[in-house]
Amino acid sequence: MNEWVEPFERLLAEACPPALVREVEAGNDAPRLWELIEESGFLDALVPEAHGGQGLALSQAFGLMVAVGRHAVPAPVVQTMLARAGLAQAASTPPRGPIAIGSHAQQVDGAVVCRHVPCGRVARWIIVPLDQRWLLLPRADAECTPSGIQGSLHADLRWQAPTRAQVDAGTAVQWLHAGAVGAAAQMVGAMERALEMTLAFANERVQFGRSIGKFQAIQHQLAVMAENVAAARMAAEIGCDSDGPWPKPLRAALAKARVSEAAALVAPMAHAIHGAIGVTAEFDLQLFTRRLHEWRGDHASETYWNTLVGRELLAGGDSTLDFMRCELLPS
Amino acid sequence: MIASLSLQRLPPEAEALRAPVRAFLDEALARMPPERRARSWLGFDAEFSRALGRRGWIGLALPTAYGGGGRDWFARFVLVEELLARGAPVSGHWIAERQSAPMVLRYGTEAQKRFYVPAICRGESFFAIGMSEPQAGSDLASVRTRAVRTADGWQLSGQKIWTTNADHCHHMIALVRTSGTSEDRQRGLSQLIFDLKTPGITVRPIQDLSGDRHFCEVFFDQVELPHDALIGEEGSGWQQVTAELAYERSGPERLYSSIVLFDSWLQHVREQGADDASAALAGRIVCHLATLRAMCLGVVGQLTAGGSPMTEASLVKDLGTELEQLIPVALADAIASSPHPPSPSLLRTLAYVTQFAPTFSLRGGTREVLRGLIARGLGLR
Repeated sequence: MNEWVEPFERLLAEACPPALVREVEAGNDAPRLWELIEESGFLDALVPEAHGGQGLALSQAFGLMVAVGRHAVPAPVVQTMLARAGLAQAASTPPRGPIAIGSHAQQVDGAVVCRHVPCGRVARWIIVPLDQRWLLLPRADAECTPSGIQGSLHADLRWQAPTRAQVDAGTAVQWLHAGAVGAAAQMVGAMERALEMTLAFANERVQFGRSIGKFQAIQHQLAVMAENVAAARMAAEIGCDSDGPWPKPLRAALAKARVSEAAALVAPMAHAIHGAIGVTAEFDLQLFTRRLHEWRGDHASETYWNTLVGRELLAGGDSTLDFMRCELLPS
Repeated sequence: MIASLSLQRLPPEAEALRAPVRAFLDEALARMPPERRARSWLGFDAEFSRALGRRGWIGLALPTAYGGGGRDWFARFVLVEELLARGAPVSGHWIAERQSAPMVLRYGTEAQKRFYVPAICRGESFFAIGMSEPQAGSDLASVRTRAVRTADGWQLSGQKIWTTNADHCHHMIALVRTSGTSEDRQRGLSQLIFDLKTPGITVRPIQDLSGDRHFCEVFFDQVELPHDALIGEEGSGWQQVTAELAYERSGPERLYSSIVLFDSWLQHVREQGADDASAALAGRIVCHLATLRAMCLGVVGQLTAGGSPMTEASLVKDLGTELEQLIPVALADAIASSPHPPSPSLLRTLAYVTQFAPTFSLRGGTREVLRGLIARGLGLR
């Protein structure tokens, strides 16, 4: 926890209650939420001070990104933080409004297509990585097809002719990696909330004359959940361990791989302990577990990233210990 | 709730220890095949332990006044991970250094500290853990081995079991009943420290499924011990043994038990050429391991700050042993599903780790005991 996290947490707790998350998921706008976040200045956390930002390193912004996940914020807050750092690097003033990151841009017959963009439904701008450059395109110009998944803010976007690019940057940014650590940090926040809710439920819910948290079978599942949440937090923190705004590629890979694997275990366990109430729309657990599954897939899931790390480990001659020391941990 | 473990950097003074330790190990382990190194902290070599002692590498974090190195927990972490990652035969001094010496320093009299600790740091005094009995495993409070007061000290009768290397050890710290009965549970227990050559003590090794003989049974038949065999307070044995288990559980050794096997397999894959499935598996294991290593360092950070991260250490150990056990299972499949024949040495290493892996989540508290501890730490009522 650092000095920035607490006020940001307070802001989100007030401005983004579960009822509002449901509103946005149902297709309604929440302009006030974005205004408050934009006015707070936190979106410029990663922008250098020379460009009017707070000049935080990614490692310092880690707690902010976790907080966004803790509140299931239905807007691309983390993505906008990262995007604004990229825009500053390209010497461009960021436009107002939420920015999403499309990590799978394809060019088809002159059109640009981004599939399944996280928060594509609610963003005003989209970062579109192409071969050696990237664009900032207005979503208003795109044909937007929502994913059709219940509560999801993901959408396919297609620009017939991407002529109105706000920014066309030649600087290389590894948006897939940046998006991956952003997702990993948010997943940690969502997993911590799911664990807290499950612990509270296990202490309150009485069956067979005692709280279910007194049963060993439940205790052991909660212990495993806690272990995986702790491992996920550490992995995401490793992913965000960078002095600048961008993650080190292998550490980002580790973060998204380990956190995604943890989420695939933590979310079902939270539901198993809650029983049927956990899968109802009115109970808040689903706001977090639906996101965990969705974020696991965003910016590639564990096998993609594990393969990347494994290729690197096998390509060199280092022992496992030296590979970890040199590539995967701060030293 | 559990305190979150923070990302720690190893201080440069601690890192500086790596190079000399490596140079020493390069020579000492040059001709040791992986299937022997895979025994890790069960590999026994008295001369190796004495050689480490001569270099000041036993008791690195213990006070210099008692022969220790006076260094911090981070330095010890570097030394220990170098030893374990290479599969050095550390079993001789391992238990003495990890938990017996800290116990003597915490609960012993000045005379006991001076008598036991310097010899441990020289690699000349090996210790056995006297906890488990045939009828007291996870339920440690039900120990029946009993010591009764005599004019000259204590008379000890009973039996311990699963005592690693007792046949090579010089001393034991044992949890025994000094009053009441096993119905009294945690009350009436004390810890005794004594020479395993004392008349009336019989040590019998038990062969394990891999052919090794490190477990032992230790029988006490009216063993006469002096007054100063008592360590700490009479009747405080339970609190003391709980502290001893904390030393046993908090070290970094709880993630490296299968690393010699993993490194051997990586070498095999490098020679044969890696496919995507091997790369994904190698990546998964190393991502887990690196995360665990950072968590271990988080525990070390809490220890250094004067905390006693019991729950956090249990959490890391449970996750760590799960990975240690996953490695042989996953690699066995990778090896047997690949068209490239592995070397006999890799197969022997795999077989040893596979056979012995069940103990990884038994020693120092079973998985079930640890999960119960974690649940309490989480505030389950």
